[in-house]
Amino acid sequence: MPLTQRKKGAEADKAASDKAASSEEKIVQDGSEDEDRKKKESPAGKKKKKERGGEKGKWSCLDSCCWFVGCVCTVWWLLLFLYNAMPSSFPQYVTEAITGPLPDPPGVKLKKEGLTAKHPVVFVPGIVTGGLELWEGHECAEGLFRKRLWGGTFGEAYKRPLCWVEHMSLDNETGLDPPGIRLRPVTGLVAADYFMPGYFVWAVLIANLARIGYEEKTMYMAAYDWRLSFQNTEVRDQTLSRIKSHIEMMVATNGGKKAVVIPHSMGVLYFLHFMKWVEAPAPMGGGGGPDWCSKHIKAIMNIGGPFLGVPKAVSGLFSAEAKDIAVARAIAPGFLGNDIFRVQTLQRVMKMSRTWDSTMSMIPKGGETIWGGLDWSPEEGYLPSKRRQIMNDSQVSSESGTNSSSSRARVNYGRIISFGKDAAESPSSEIEMIDFRDAVKGRNLANTTCRDVWTEYHDMGIEGIRAVAEHRVYTAETVLDLLQFVAPKMMARGSAHFSYGIADDLDDPKYEHYKYWSNPLETKLPSASDIEIFSMYGVGIPTERAYIYKMSPSAECFIPFQIDTSFEGEDEDSCLKDGVFTVEGDETVPVLSAGFMCAKGWRGKTRFNPSGIRTYVREYDHAPPANLLEGRGTQSGSHVDVMGNFALIEDIIRVAAGATGEDLGGDQVYSDIFKWSEKINLAL
Amino acid sequence: MGSVLRLRKLCYVEPVKFQSFESIKNAGKQQQQQQQQQRQEERTVSEVENAVQKNGRDDDEDTKKKEEGKKKMKEWRCIDSCCWVIGCLCTVWWLLVFLYYSLPAALPGFQPPESPGARLGREGVRALHPVVLVPGISTGGLELWEGKPCTEGLFRKRLWGGSFTEILKRPLCWLEHLSLDNETGLDPPGIRVRAVPGLVAADYFAPGYFVWAVLIQNLAKIGYEEKNMHMAAYDWRLSFQNTETRDQALSRLKSTIELMYLTNGRKKVVVVPHSMGVLYFLHFLKWVELPPPMGGGGGPGWCATHIKAIMNIGPPFLGVPKAVSNILSSEAKDVAVIRSMDPGVLDSEILGLQTLEHAMRVARTWDSIISLVPKGGETIWGDLDWSPEEGHGCSLAKRRTLQSSGNNKNSNHTNGKRTFSAMKDLAKYGRIISFGKEASYIPSSQLPSVDLKELLLGKPSTISNSTCQEVWTEYNELSRESIRDVADNKVYTSQTLLDLLRFVAPKMMKRAEAHFSHGIADDLNDPKYNHYKYWSNPLEMRLPGAPDMEIYCLYGVGIPTERSYVYKMSPTGKCKSIPFRIDSMAEGYEDSCLKGGVYFVDGDESVPVLSSGFMCARGWRGKTRFNPSGATTYVREYQHRPPASLLDGRGSASGAHVDIMGNVAFIEDVLRVAAGATGEEIGGDRIYSDIMRMSERINIQL
Repeated sequence: MPLTQRKKGAEADKAASDKAASSEEKIVQDGSEDEDRKKKESPAGKKKKKERGGEKGKWSCLDSCCWFVGCVCTVWWLLLFLYNAMPSSFPQYVTEAITGPLPDPPGVKLKKEGLTAKHPVVFVPGIVTGGLELWEGHECAEGLFRKRLWGGTFGEAYKRPLCWVEHMSLDNETGLDPPGIRLRPVTGLVAADYFMPGYFVWAVLIANLARIGYEEKTMYMAAYDWRLSFQNTEVRDQTLSRIKSHIEMMVATNGGKKAVVIPHSMGVLYFLHFMKWVEAPAPMGGGGGPDWCSKHIKAIMNIGGPFLGVPKAVSGLFSAEAKDIAVARAIAPGFLGNDIFRVQTLQRVMKMSRTWDSTMSMIPKGGETIWGGLDWSPEEGYLPSKRRQIMNDSQVSSESGTNSSSSRARVNYGRIISFGKDAAESPSSEIEMIDFRDAVKGRNLANTTCRDVWTEYHDMGIEGIRAVAEHRVYTAETVLDLLQFVAPKMMARGSAHFSYGIADDLDDPKYEHYKYWSNPLETKLPSASDIEIFSMYGVGIPTERAYIYKMSPSAECFIPFQIDTSFEGEDEDSCLKDGVFTVEGDETVPVLSAGFMCAKGWRGKTRFNPSGIRTYVREYDHAPPANLLEGRGTQSGSHVDVMGNFALIEDIIRVAAGATGEDLGGDQVYSDIFKWSEKINLAL
Repeated sequence: MGSVLRLRKLCYVEPVKFQSFESIKNAGKQQQQQQQQQRQEERTVSEVENAVQKNGRDDDEDTKKKEEGKKKMKEWRCIDSCCWVIGCLCTVWWLLVFLYYSLPAALPGFQPPESPGARLGREGVRALHPVVLVPGISTGGLELWEGKPCTEGLFRKRLWGGSFTEILKRPLCWLEHLSLDNETGLDPPGIRVRAVPGLVAADYFAPGYFVWAVLIQNLAKIGYEEKNMHMAAYDWRLSFQNTETRDQALSRLKSTIELMYLTNGRKKVVVVPHSMGVLYFLHFLKWVELPPPMGGGGGPGWCATHIKAIMNIGPPFLGVPKAVSNILSSEAKDVAVIRSMDPGVLDSEILGLQTLEHAMRVARTWDSIISLVPKGGETIWGDLDWSPEEGHGCSLAKRRTLQSSGNNKNSNHTNGKRTFSAMKDLAKYGRIISFGKEASYIPSSQLPSVDLKELLLGKPSTISNSTCQEVWTEYNELSRESIRDVADNKVYTSQTLLDLLRFVAPKMMKRAEAHFSHGIADDLNDPKYNHYKYWSNPLEMRLPGAPDMEIYCLYGVGIPTERSYVYKMSPTGKCKSIPFRIDSMAEGYEDSCLKGGVYFVDGDESVPVLSSGFMCARGWRGKTRFNPSGATTYVREYQHRPPASLLDGRGSASGAHVDIMGNVAFIEDVLRVAAGATGEEIGGDRIYSDIMRMSERINIQL
């Protein structure tokens, strides 16, 4: 508007001056006297000009700053206004214009096929993805009542980091609330639909389920405090009782239709625990009776389930380096790992996360039988490049094992932690391992200046640290001893709640204790032959499997070990990168952990699955998002983003609407999971 | 400060430099111009043939250009200064925001009063009984689960509650989605709007406007958290039984109470319903004990085992007159919330053209409003010549508010005497709706006697007006004559009122009367009272057999509350399809209770004392036929006091319908009961109003 006005104004002026000019012409015709007068006048005009110039001069630094800010603001408001006025389907139009029409989201597509909501659905979120809010805090948390400390914008983590860390930590002895602090899980679907604004976790799945008629009465988010050990969620919050009651209620109010349970990540283990708990008799269990599961559960659709643990958990506990799941990594890529901030941040993070019992539920289970010994591992011979070729052929992967006789040096994945590259590669006979367990823990490193970021490493002393490094190589079994050594308090807490072995005799009455309930290798599945168990996970992303460590440059307040990022593989195709050996997986959970139970451990009637519950392995091959507009991808296979994978959502919706695993097409396998499972020598 | 000064100095010094520099430049320019002129002169000398005219024109053009340049600069500067101003504003604003955020949460020097929760926590009051909160009408959030294309992107966003931005963005779409089906009272096809679950459902109605938040916060201070505190959110637009039919809300509530009872060491539950939630919970009490097809099948002892106390806040047990005016002309807002949200927007004459019709059309699809229509007929609310509140002096009530702080009991006593002296101007509250001010006070013998029943039978043909159809209300189906007939009847009591509503809104009443009843039971043993439509009417239901259960009536008093209305016919406009409106010109004398066409009595701004107090004060007191097991009842009134200062927010001693939830005394009562105290321990009855006297006057068989 001002533009046009100005134009008009200018035109008017022009017209006026033209008139003036013509009149002046007349005057000039009349005589030259006027001209002289004009010349006299002109200096005065110039003076005026000078004054104006002076005014203009005041247009100084501050003014132009203001001017600039004003411009920016106005433009910003304008854009904001345009953005808000824009129809919300606009981005979609743009995408369609660029890439052609998008496929319908699975919910819409299946609705057209006539699917409607049938079975109630229960979501079990994983570690880290659920929100936590404050119910009681110290003074520094004033005004944060019922505000999210975890999830949401994380504003408080930046505003008052120390206060935040203090409130997020649990008690180091009990693994429960520290005195005066009550941090509780957010309840309802909002607990984990978005982890933070714009970063979906369950939201896409929820939206698609809603399309075929689901709503809050048929969907339930079993939110729990993911920092606690599983049994403690019942002790403190009665979470397991709530889930039981809620499932019972949903089944009752939906005409006796059994529930479809969809656990994700650590939620998989949590729900394993729940199934044992609910049928166990009352003081320790929920007293639901031996047929509770068969009465209330139709299917368990595990998404990215770390059944046998994840190696990441080890490095996370050991040196706080690998972020325990992809989410945190996505938020702060490199921020935590950054050398500048490392001085205190990592220690604090370690101190905080070591009070969380739940992280210990994900330490690799099954020891060397599953994860491989010093010289052997189920995944050996895995070549990332080879798989890519197979993908190009897009053929079934079953025969891919034939030409895998590789000429390269095999990777010893069984050595989960090794100190130095030579320790990771040389044959086991050449490695000299000095037992660290007898090493004396000196207290000479205890330094009062570091006390505020105290970690258990300070109790170890130089001797202890050296002893750890001199052992050179740790397998899944000895890693437990290692953790026991470096973090005795944490492991004391943790081993009261979790167990990592393989049961010899499942009828042993000791397995009635809750610490075994979340380990699939030490529990029996409930006797419910109608249940179907799905293992759904992404494949095609290199996933951390083993680490090469080094000792940190000895500074007193450092964590004494760190991943030796200087080690790289010989060529592009190598599995070694930045000191980490990778295998096939979904970026967080290796295929072995996610798939083994459904591919072999529970397949058919085994001792872990006495009633012969049917199991299905559904893999989703990772394809990065085609363009920016696609967001995090509709074919992603990574640990969290797989929840936006259209194929996975379609599977879930079909099962929720009543389909069985056979209807879906049974197994869908891209990786070598069956071959690897075969190699594992486990009595079934 | 020093730095600011320095900065300013810099900025003032610099221009001077600039000036000097500029002047030098200007000087240079001058020289150039002079040179040019000289050259021009030379040219004129050389080109003698050319006339002086041309030279002059050249000169003119020169100056013109200069002028234009100047103008441009001027205009530029206009925009510049605009930008400059905006920039300044922005910067200052940011600065203030930054300062605001960097401020410590509590200002030094200003000590906020200690919250009752913190105080009781220090006294050792700890969480004991699980607490269930039942929100009232319109305070609970509603979110979208499925909608028409116009709601693209609003999936699981709040349509009701929150910031209400969608009303402004797409008002028609919004109205369409909030409406229910006119026939069934359930979802219209293709639309699913559902109640927000959890504590967030009604902690804040809109950002900054608390409903339950203060109470929740105080409960948390003594140890409550989500595991022993539950918000029984339900879709408040539906009739109570329909919340079970569609959402199984009652089953969920039952299951949650059972779960909380079990997981909290078999401690009974304290239920805190507010406003319409009170009626909802009454309905629940009956539902839960009755056998399955219609009820919840909890068995006859369910309430006795699971419920310790029901602490009704601002309970509209016997309905509210506001509901009538709302249905009739959608004029009085059904609860105070909306009024405080947008004062005057709905009333405004300019926007009134369509807004009111739309609001009426939407609100009339909500069955729940019918649950708030006055119950008990003329026995409770008074007839043409009599009402239990008569003799109530409005000015006195106000005066009492002022002096109430100190000697409450004494003043109460003297007031009783004085109210009788003010009897000369008796407001006839029984006439809930009268057409014309005159009709509201003349003796009943002078009123025209038109039989409404007859009127109802002679159903007129419709005068459907196609241009107005988009904002269709049932009034469009009424002819002018019948509207005049309605107005000619002059006066309606709470009994004839129902006939009136049936006449003007037949469809709505047909739907709703299958779900609600407004009478008084003669014989409660009649098996018909097992039907769910009677469950939310305290005069047609028995309390469950739970002698240990305590029932509290907690409400504010001291605020003038709408009790009856003076109506007039609207000026006839084509699309003004609401033919009646409150005659806001009707004013009483100075001390009168008539103001703006509305007669006021004592209450909490929404619910008159009579409705909120009667059941606890008389209907259920002792062993009556409505309360066969003799559950104890307590009346706890909270005298309204406006907020002392701005910092007080909505007042820590407010008695208003919603604001009472921030009343310190009220919160303390709830906390103490939740922590195990009985009604006797918190002081039994606490009465400021005339409720006892009014209740005595009501002639009801108990």
